[in-house]
Amino acid sequence: MGTNIRLVENPQRPLSVHPHKFALWLFIVSIVMIFASLTSAFIVKQGEGSWLDYNLPSMFWFTSATVIISSVMIQWGYFAAKENQFNKLNLLLATTLLLGLVFLVGQWYSWVQLVAMDVYFVGNPAGSFIYVLTGLHAFHLVSGLVFLVVVLVGALKHRVHSRNLVRMEMCVTYWHFLGALWLYLFVFLIFYH
Amino acid sequence: MDQHIAETAGYHNAQWHDHGHHKESFITKYIFSQDHKVIAKQFLISGIFWAFIGGVLSSIFRLQLGYPDMSLEWLRPLLGGWITDSGKLDPEFYLALVTMHGTIMVFFVLTAGLSGTFSNFLIPLQIGARDMASGFLNMLSYWFFFASSVVMLSSFFLKTGPASGGWVIYPPLSALPQAMQGSGGGMTLWLVAMALFIVSSLLGSINYITTIINLRTKGMTFARLPLTIWAFFLTAVIGILSFPVLFSAALLLIFDRSFGTSFYLSDIYIGGEALPNEGGSAILFQHLFWFLGHPEVYIVMLPGLGITSEIISTNSRKPIFGYRAMIGSLLAIAILSFIVWAHHMFVTGMNPFLGSIFMILTLIIAVPSAVKVFNYLATLWRGNIRFTPAMLFSIGLVSFFISGGITGIFLGNAALDIPLHDTYFVVAHFHLVMASASFFGMLAGVYHWFPKMFGRMMDDKLGYIHFWLTFVGVYLVFFPMHYIGIAGFPRRYYSWTNFDVFNSFTDLNTFVTIAALVTMFAQFIFLFNFFYSIFRGRVAPANPWRSNTLEWSTPINPGHGNWPGAIPVVYRWPYDYSKPGAEEDFIPQYVPFSETMESNLPHENDQIALEKEEEGIVIDESSETTH
Repeated sequence: MGTNIRLVENPQRPLSVHPHKFALWLFIVSIVMIFASLTSAFIVKQGEGSWLDYNLPSMFWFTSATVIISSVMIQWGYFAAKENQFNKLNLLLATTLLLGLVFLVGQWYSWVQLVAMDVYFVGNPAGSFIYVLTGLHAFHLVSGLVFLVVVLVGALKHRVHSRNLVRMEMCVTYWHFLGALWLYLFVFLIFYH
Repeated sequence: MDQHIAETAGYHNAQWHDHGHHKESFITKYIFSQDHKVIAKQFLISGIFWAFIGGVLSSIFRLQLGYPDMSLEWLRPLLGGWITDSGKLDPEFYLALVTMHGTIMVFFVLTAGLSGTFSNFLIPLQIGARDMASGFLNMLSYWFFFASSVVMLSSFFLKTGPASGGWVIYPPLSALPQAMQGSGGGMTLWLVAMALFIVSSLLGSINYITTIINLRTKGMTFARLPLTIWAFFLTAVIGILSFPVLFSAALLLIFDRSFGTSFYLSDIYIGGEALPNEGGSAILFQHLFWFLGHPEVYIVMLPGLGITSEIISTNSRKPIFGYRAMIGSLLAIAILSFIVWAHHMFVTGMNPFLGSIFMILTLIIAVPSAVKVFNYLATLWRGNIRFTPAMLFSIGLVSFFISGGITGIFLGNAALDIPLHDTYFVVAHFHLVMASASFFGMLAGVYHWFPKMFGRMMDDKLGYIHFWLTFVGVYLVFFPMHYIGIAGFPRRYYSWTNFDVFNSFTDLNTFVTIAALVTMFAQFIFLFNFFYSIFRGRVAPANPWRSNTLEWSTPINPGHGNWPGAIPVVYRWPYDYSKPGAEEDFIPQYVPFSETMESNLPHENDQIALEKEEEGIVIDESSETTH
C-alpha cells in the first residue's frame, strides 16, 4: 500500500518544456482545430451534393515542393545554429524566408490557374472552400514569415547561438508545422476535391 | 526549511517572466498591468458591467412579455426610436434585446467574466507561481476582450440596432443583410466583436494551461491540485479545442455576408427574386456552431463547479468527498462535451439513427454530473457547515444544477425534444442548469476570494439578503417557464396575446416578470456591497475562511510576484479539513507531514522520509532554458 502511494504522490518537478514552447504547441493545436473544422465542413458539404467537380491547379505540386525544401533549409539552419556556424545560419534562414515568399507567390498563381479553370471564390462552395483553405493557410504562413524575420534579425545580431536557441527552436517548430499543414491540405484536396 | 530549493524556484520564475521590482506608474500598475491579480480584477469588473447590461436588457423584454399592454413611453430617454409612436417596444428591437442578452451573458459575463477572473486570479496563487507563464499575453488577452466589448457595445448605437438573429446567429437570417434590420451593421459588429473575443479567449486559455503544466511549485503534483485548478485547466482545454471552430464558422459566415460566397446559402427567394447563391447549406453552420456551442456550455459551467468544490469543502470543514471521482467526472464531462453537439439539432431533419446516437451520448453526461452532485451532497453530509454567503451561493449552485439538470434528461431525448424544441421549457432548462448555476458559482467565488482580491471583507448581512432574494427569485422566474414551455409557447416571440391558446398564461408571465425585476433589483445590493467593501469593508485577516490552499499564505495584499520571500513548497492535498488528531480543523498544503505527527496516517508517515530526500534536490534551471 505504502509503496503504491509513494509512486503516485512522489513530489515531482514541473515539466521541463520551456513554457513559451509549450504555449506555441497549444497555439498550434488551436490552428489545427480551425483547419480540422474547415476540412470536416468540406466533407459534410460535399456529402450533401450539388458539388462542383474540377481539377486541382498544377501549381500546388510546385508549392508543395517549395515548402518541403524550405523545411529542410530551416532544419539545416537549426543544426548550424547549434554548432555556432553563424554565416551558414544566416544564409539558411534567408533562404527559408525566400522560399516562403516563393511559396506565397506560387499560391497566388494557383488561384490564377483556378480562375482560368472557371473556379471562382464566389460561386459553388466546392470552389470557395479551396480559396478559403489556401487563403487561411497563406495567412498563417505570413505569420510564420514574420516570426522568421524576427529570428533572422536576431541571428544577424548574433543572438541566436548554441546557448540561446529557444526562439530558433520555436520558429523551426512553427515552420515545420505550417509546411505539414499545407501538405495535409494538399493531400486532403487530392482525395476529396 | 527548503529555502534553497524555493529560492531557485523563485529564480526560475524571475528568469522566465522578467519580473522587475522597479517602481510602477499608475498606467503600468492598473491599466496595462501584467500582474495576473490586476488582470483578474479587470476581467471581474468588466464582467460585472456586462452582467448589469445583460440584466437590464432582460428586464426590458420581460416588461414586454409580462405587461404587453403597458406603455413604455418612460423608456424613451433610454431607448429613443426603439419605442414606437404608440409607446410600445419596437418588435425588431425586442429580437435584438434577446440576442444581445444571450450573447452578453454567455460570452462576456460567464466566459470572460467567470473564467477570466478566477482562472487569472487563482491559478498562480493556488499552484504557487509568481505569475502567469506570459504576463504580456495575459495583458493582451484582457485588452482583446476590452476591444471586443467596445465593438459589441457600439452596435447598440447603430441606427439599425445590434444583431438580432438570436445568439446562435443561424444563417440565412444572419447571412443576408436584407433579412432584418439587425442583420446589417449590427451583425457585422457582432462578428468582429466575436473574432476579437475568440483571440482573447485563446490567449487566455493557452496561458492558463501552460501555467498549470509548467509553473507549479515544488510538490504540487496533479493529485494535489485544488479542484478549482482542475476545473480551470479543463475549461481552458475545451476553449482551445472549441473556439477555433467558432472562428471557422464565423469566417465562412463573413465570406457569405460580405463577399457573396454560398457556404450557407442556397435557393433563397426574397420578394419573389431568386438570390444567386447556390449549393450552400444552412445546416452546415449549425454543425460548426454547435461544435463550439455545446462545449461552450461547459466552458461556462466547469469553473463554477470547481469553485463550488473548493468552497463547499472549506465551509463544511470536511475533505471533499471523492476527490479523484471529482476529477474523473470533470474529465468525462469535458470529453463528452465534444460529442453531443447534434442534440441541439434534432429538428433539422437529421437521420433518426444519428439522432439516437447523439441522444445516448447526451444522456451519458447525466452520469458524471450525478457523480458531482452526490459528491457535493456527501461532502455537506454531517459537515460542520458554516453558512457564509459564498457557501450559500455554492449550495444554491448545487440546487440549480440538480433541478435544471433533471430537465436536461427530458430534453436529451429526441422524442421529447422535438415537441419541446425552442419553447420556454428549453429556456427554463438552460437558465437553471447553465446560466443561474454558473452565475451562482461566480458570485460564490467573488464572496469567497474578495478578501484576497481587495484585502477587505464583504458585508455578510447584505450577502445573505442578496443570496435569498436571488435564490428565491431565480426559482420564481424559471420554474413557471417550464409550464409555459410545456404548453408550447415558443421562445423569442415578441407577443403572444394574439394567440388564444396562450392567453391563459398572461398571469403567469406577469408573475415571472415581477420575479425577474425583484431578482434584478437584488443585484444592486451586491453591486453596493462590492464597491463599498473595496474601500470601506472590514480589513480581512490573512486566512479568513481557515482554508488550506496556497493563496491564503500570501500577504493580505500580495504584491506583484505574490510571495515576498520564497514560494511555499507543497506537501499534501488541499482538503485536510477536520483531520482526526490534528490540533486545528485545517492543515494548509505547505505544512509538511513531519510537523503533523499526531494526525498522520500510516502511509503519510512514509512520506516524511521522502520530504527529507526531496530537500536535497535542487532544480537546475540553466539546462532547462536550452532544450
